[in-house]
Amino acid sequence: MGRSAVYFSCVSKMIYGGALSKKNAEILRNVDASPYILIDNITKVVDGVTVLNGISLSIQKKELFSLLGGSGCGKTTLLRILAGLEKPTEGKVIVDGIDVTAYPPHKRQINMMFQSYALFPHMTVAQNIAFGLKQGGLSKSAINERVKDMLELVRLSGFDNRRPDQLSGGQKQRVALARSLAKMPKLLLLDEPLTALDKKLREQTQFELVNIQEEIGVTFILVTHDQEEAMTMSTRMAIINDGKVCQVGSPHDIYEFPNSKFVAKFIGSINMFDGVVIGQELDHLLIESREVDCLCYASRAGAVPIGAHVTFAIRPEKIMMSTLKPAYPRNWAQGVIKEIAYLGDISVYYVELNSGKVMIATLPNLLRLEDRNFTWEDEVYLFWRSENSLVLTL
Amino acid sequence: MKLKILKKWSNGYNIIDPKLYVTLVPFLWMCVFFIMPLLIVLKISFSEAIFSMPPFSDVFSSRADFMLNIQLNFKNYYTILNDSYYMSVFVNSISLSTVATTLCVLLGYPMAYGIYCVDSSRLKSVLILMISLSFWTSFLIRVYSLVNLLNIRGVINSVLIKLGIISNPIQFLGNYFVVCLGFVFCYLPFVILPIYASLGKVKKAYNEAAIDLGCDTMRVFWKITFPLSLPGVLTGCVIVFTASLGEFIIPELLGNANTITFGRALWMEFFTNLDWPMACALSIVMMVYIIFSVYILKKLSESSVFETSN
Repeated sequence: MGRSAVYFSCVSKMIYGGALSKKNAEILRNVDASPYILIDNITKVVDGVTVLNGISLSIQKKELFSLLGGSGCGKTTLLRILAGLEKPTEGKVIVDGIDVTAYPPHKRQINMMFQSYALFPHMTVAQNIAFGLKQGGLSKSAINERVKDMLELVRLSGFDNRRPDQLSGGQKQRVALARSLAKMPKLLLLDEPLTALDKKLREQTQFELVNIQEEIGVTFILVTHDQEEAMTMSTRMAIINDGKVCQVGSPHDIYEFPNSKFVAKFIGSINMFDGVVIGQELDHLLIESREVDCLCYASRAGAVPIGAHVTFAIRPEKIMMSTLKPAYPRNWAQGVIKEIAYLGDISVYYVELNSGKVMIATLPNLLRLEDRNFTWEDEVYLFWRSENSLVLTL
Repeated sequence: MKLKILKKWSNGYNIIDPKLYVTLVPFLWMCVFFIMPLLIVLKISFSEAIFSMPPFSDVFSSRADFMLNIQLNFKNYYTILNDSYYMSVFVNSISLSTVATTLCVLLGYPMAYGIYCVDSSRLKSVLILMISLSFWTSFLIRVYSLVNLLNIRGVINSVLIKLGIISNPIQFLGNYFVVCLGFVFCYLPFVILPIYASLGKVKKAYNEAAIDLGCDTMRVFWKITFPLSLPGVLTGCVIVFTASLGEFIIPELLGNANTITFGRALWMEFFTNLDWPMACALSIVMMVYIIFSVYILKKLSESSVFETSN
């Protein structure tokens, strides 16, 4: 892979870029239509411990759906239940209108790409890819044809006779993908497909994977603990915690409109303040918090009764900073810059408010550090727009 | 492989590589206690049996006129390769070892696989312990216990008579089959343990991937598990085959006059016939044969499709 691959991935980033592609927009419009894959109330109990607790998801055809969660949250167990490698204690899995819950793995048209790739070490690349096809009773020439196509798809033509131990990590990953796609399954399950790759290669492979998925139109369910990966690749994603689905939505929805404190904290970083609702104006809420000097004014907050205890939240990148006091009386806080983390493209400011609470603000480095107005121990004002704030009740 | 003896020190002086000292100790050990005796055996095998002490002629003798006289006697090798008695020893040994090795693999593989399939790691280690338990008693005692079991007045006969199944005791000992049984009895752990070890290297994910790609349980075994465990099978085969080829105790105690193996033939040449040169020639032939068969097995495992990467 040379310059062309990098260029390719850059272009694809612009064209497909995660949730905002044309295909994804179409899928998102049809989310409520009859689902292609229906996971209905799946519960799994192992040795008296509930690993999955009533998981229900509906997934559209050609969707790239991510299951995102910390380690031990049950996401891999769910994937293994879909593959048929484990039986659910309760619930159903319906693929394309057929209840496959009782089917053994080899009777389902579902394939899985394993985290460790699990390439058979005693077979060549071509034999690995042909393995699944041979079980299907295809003719030899048809198998060879398909193997050739798959190798072309993952851009590994000419690697037919290599052994898995003669491949690099990225090549192994692509052979594993080709092997699991060779049977053209209705659903492909990917268990942490990019975790074993280094950062640069991972970013590049993310887009390759999305491109391949678009090209062949197979539905993907991807398990990951890497939120960046999920955000870039998914049409929609589900946040899973403690065996339960916390929220399902497009990456944009989940980032901008988390439905709970857990999701808000899990995806990206966020500033949160405890407060009480003291007033309502049209669709706006007026919130008083001891941790901020002035009243907070939030829009798009939904119906929350006056007097309710809520969490007022604001993402660090949505905060602006100035040395001058804002002219309006709401949505700002005064503090002292305690730390500045310089990340090259952006800087993260840790500002200690008068209440002692530390607020995080990320600002693009429009100016070089030495040209900037504020530095350590400066008194600054942080302010934000009312429509960018969040009110969380859960 | 080239052994690098001298190593450039940073200041430019040459010194002896410290790693060499470590390799030197086993190297010297092998020279003194393996290579030297082997050379002596090789020398004796080219001499002639005579009535004297030691009972063989000198291969090297010096004469008064500063000439070294070398007398090589190839008659022993000629006899071994042409005499029908030695031919039958040869055929006997090889057929016994081959049958014993095959039986060991046929019995040992399912046992190793059974242990591998056990879920609880506690039970697994108990089972492995039971397999290796037989090493805790002396080899000789184990063979004698087998004799005790199968003897004409042995445990099995007395039980059968007590139960009224037979009226006269059966002689189990002294045939080809019981020698094979002895080999399997003593060498089974040497097959189970390497097979179990190589099964342990077959990752669960391989099996799951095969199931996922459409295999049923039987196919998973034959296409994935078995090929990947073949290195262990080959190791077990080499151990059992080479050990049983030179085995003396088992055919001596369990067999009869017809189950003469290399080991027994050697013993008889040494202690009954007092023909040391013939015994030495026999052991050299046996060694060459073992080296040859191990080489074949090694080539077989290297060239096979089932070669696994480490």
